Amino acid sequence: MPEFNWPESDRRWRIGKHRTRVDGPAKSSGAAEYTYDVKLFGMLYAKMLACPHARARVTSVDTSAAEAMKGVHAVRVIQGPGTEIKWAADDIAVVAAETEEIARDAVNAIKVDYEVLEHFVFEEDLDKAPEVNPAQEQTTGEPVQAFSSAKAQSEGYYGCRVVSHACHESHGHVAHWTDDEHLTVFSSTQAVTGLVGQFSEALEIPAANVRIICQNMGGGFGSKFGADRWGIECARLARQTKRPVKLMLERGPELQIAGGRPSTFARVKTAVDADGNLTGWDSKSWGTGGPSGTGSPPLPYVFEVPNRKHQHSSVPANIGPSRAWRAPNHPQACFVTMTALEDMAAKIEMDPLDFFLKNISLTGVRAETYAEELKLGAQIMGWKRKWRPRGQSGDGPVKRGLGLSLHTWGGRGHQSNCEVLIHPDGSAEARVASQDLGTGTRTVIATVLAETFGLRVRDVTVRIGDSRFPASGASGGSTTVGGVSSSTRRGAINALEILLQKVAPELGVAPEELEAVRGRIRVKASPNRYLTWKQATGQLGVNPISATGRNPGPGKLIDSGVGGIQMADVSVDVETGIVKMNKMVAIQDCGLIIDMLTAESQVYGALTMGISYALSEERIMDPVTGRLLNDDMEFYKLPGIGDIGDLVVHMMTGPGYDERGVIGLGEPPVISPGAAISNAVANAIGVRVPYLPLTPDRVLEALEKGGAA
Amino acid sequence: MNRFQYASPVTKQSAVELLGSGAVVLAGGTDLLSLMKADVATPDLVVNIKEIAELKGLEHSEGSGMRIGALVTIDELLQDSRVQEEYPSLIQAADGIRSAQIRSVGTVAGDLCQRPRCWYYRHGYGLLAMQNGASMVVDGDNRYHAILGNAGPAYFVNPSSFAPALIALGASLKVSGPNGEKEIPVADFFQTPQSEAEKEYKLSDSEIVTQILVPAAAGKANATYEVREREALDWPLAAAAVSLTMQGDQVESAKVVLGHVAPVPWNSDEAAAALKGKAVSASVADDAGKAAVQQAKALSRNKFKIQLARVAVKRAILRAAGMEV
Repeated sequence: MPEFNWPESDRRWRIGKHRTRVDGPAKSSGAAEYTYDVKLFGMLYAKMLACPHARARVTSVDTSAAEAMKGVHAVRVIQGPGTEIKWAADDIAVVAAETEEIARDAVNAIKVDYEVLEHFVFEEDLDKAPEVNPAQEQTTGEPVQAFSSAKAQSEGYYGCRVVSHACHESHGHVAHWTDDEHLTVFSSTQAVTGLVGQFSEALEIPAANVRIICQNMGGGFGSKFGADRWGIECARLARQTKRPVKLMLERGPELQIAGGRPSTFARVKTAVDADGNLTGWDSKSWGTGGPSGTGSPPLPYVFEVPNRKHQHSSVPANIGPSRAWRAPNHPQACFVTMTALEDMAAKIEMDPLDFFLKNISLTGVRAETYAEELKLGAQIMGWKRKWRPRGQSGDGPVKRGLGLSLHTWGGRGHQSNCEVLIHPDGSAEARVASQDLGTGTRTVIATVLAETFGLRVRDVTVRIGDSRFPASGASGGSTTVGGVSSSTRRGAINALEILLQKVAPELGVAPEELEAVRGRIRVKASPNRYLTWKQATGQLGVNPISATGRNPGPGKLIDSGVGGIQMADVSVDVETGIVKMNKMVAIQDCGLIIDMLTAESQVYGALTMGISYALSEERIMDPVTGRLLNDDMEFYKLPGIGDIGDLVVHMMTGPGYDERGVIGLGEPPVISPGAAISNAVANAIGVRVPYLPLTPDRVLEALEKGGAA
Repeated sequence: MNRFQYASPVTKQSAVELLGSGAVVLAGGTDLLSLMKADVATPDLVVNIKEIAELKGLEHSEGSGMRIGALVTIDELLQDSRVQEEYPSLIQAADGIRSAQIRSVGTVAGDLCQRPRCWYYRHGYGLLAMQNGASMVVDGDNRYHAILGNAGPAYFVNPSSFAPALIALGASLKVSGPNGEKEIPVADFFQTPQSEAEKEYKLSDSEIVTQILVPAAAGKANATYEVREREALDWPLAAAAVSLTMQGDQVESAKVVLGHVAPVPWNSDEAAAALKGKAVSASVADDAGKAAVQQAKALSRNKFKIQLARVAVKRAILRAAGMEV
């Protein structure tokens, strides 16, 4: 059996280099087809009727006018009389029609009567919540004693709001029955393999008859693992009308019903001893993720304060249900913890960088990594030169400040199967039923395949996004890169093994004495004895080599557990409360990096998304109707290029990192921005703004209360 | 979408003849199309005026100022070198519209005629957003709503980027209608509707704006300052435009007009009075800002806008005087 490992650093010609995306030209030219772009012959368009009330009971639904409209092919009631609707914009009925416009008109023609019920959408006010589910208190050590013997205590209140996933490509599908028993679904999904079972179960056909296709995708962030009720309805409409049907959510519903990140509010107390060692933590937190509340964020985050108590209450509210949002619960936990710690550092008049380093052993197994990263980050940021104690940032209206934070994540590669083909003409191919969310999955697979075969990346073909390929896990929790790179590596090594056996006699050596390097199969000991790749594959005869690789599998190719730090440099105009990003520095490890540019891009994207939820992004719920008021891209505010400042990304590589193997990167860098930016703002203006996002009204209010303008 | 007729006349006269109840004017369309998609505007007739040659063009004439045709785009205004020299307040207002697409097709006149961005209005609750006799704005989330002129029933803010600067510069509009052509000062163009039947500007369904006439700004220092959350496309939270007639280093007379704070562009005589006879300084400018918001009244969620309006006035004055903002 061949050995399964990654090449040593001096034998990596493709891995770890800066490579532009293999699908970059297709995407930037518009040639890449997304689900949104799919247009099949005879295809109908489906639109859903959204409930205008945050809580209501459906009393009657009259679809007759809609059904009578010319161009309407089917109307289905999704939630009929008697159903209690628990969030605004939840789907009541769906229409399939010849055009989008007719479908919309038909939706408007459906008459629904509701008994409007009282709604609850402001979970921050715990006293007004009709229902609160307190979780069990978690206590470690002796928190009471820690506080009574503390040299200093700090107390604070922190809150971050519900944000939506706001995927550029909205949720949706195109369902196409190729015959009465076979369904193909084009889907904007994070789970090409996983969707098969969901559609087969709901439509009551064998899983073998379902095919899912997702060639390109405009973001998911954790909100696209499911077929969703509207996906199933889309397939039902297609079956009923015997026509392909496309159902993509419009922007309003996309922001309301297709996923959100739970809110977290927390009262926190911390304690230190005379040397500034953290000794005590006490937090009470609550939040909502919709009608079923939300789980507890892991508090305190990363820093295992020796004596700690934490209690979390889950508050059901009438907002669209939460879905996994990039590093579920971590951004909130990180925000609450790192702000509370920075407040403590300010209280004991310590530079937070020193305070974090002093307590770094509390971070556990990654302590050394964090320390190394903090020092490197401080160097890149010029922390010691720029940092001033709180409120000492000059006389003008614009104050400058620095903040930092750190975070962790797992990121072990998921189950993945890969089929690798070496064709007699020399072309090589990897097939995986994975998906590229825009993160670079295709590029990663191509890089691994090319490296293993000693080929150029452009010489290999990657086929993903089709459930007919070998099954692979859903892209969630930073599991994809580890999963697909290791299954591809194993499959490619297995395929190469067959090729080497085939050509070894011609080169007069044993197969294990051969290697695939720079387009050649050559003898390791005498590199001038070789066959070109094409000469070698030419000996295969008619049939290609087909080999498979899977994860988990033999050899150490992947690992889990990363630590990253981030630092923010902001300017705050204390007359307007407007926060501007000057710079962010992100230092991140993720084991062996397959493609450096793809990895860096992942961090740039995370920083941008982080700046967004730190500064401007939130669901604004209407007190009157309980609806989302900013259900458009005009007032659901995402940053533009002028809003993100200078982003500096440094990936930790080399000895100590590379040999761990591949670890996922999607989640970790999005965790810290909220905390780092909030800390920078507090440092700049001398007072804590308790909330994210840090909008001008909140900054001015904090300044007014804190009196430190 | 409501079925509608579409017409594309080539003369002003025929456009006016086509207009009337249920008709709307389509120029850049950046606002109209989104209103129609949201079923807020449901016209029976859409009259495209882009083919009317006489509505095009931006001209300067010595002494009498500038004529901006109704079809002049925001980009055309931005790129005009005389505008850059004479009317920095218009350039600064245009620069606040951070969408290349809107700037390239949106017109200056359309900016004046766009409808409020109030989220209750845009969600189909009407311009005044009354429900069961109560204002949804007052009871709801009004963080972006009016702090001046907000005695009700209107609480939205005028969304125009150019109106404050045009009013401060003393501009007027030429309007064509069934009874011929008339000229209205921009300052008189806007109104606070008292009922759902009224609009926020005085233009009947059978009238169109054909030109914007801006007096020569020779000797007048002018500037606009917008407080915006984002550098990316975003509505100002508050804005102010000023025009100062100087006598030596003293302000002989001033016009101070605020935007995004009231249902109409808000002319502040108080701020102007605070400047009269004074040399501009940070404290004089701040006094004017303070005077501008003297009458301001916060709704439940928008107190911060009072501070922002004050700062916008102060900074617009300082900018007009060529002082550091």
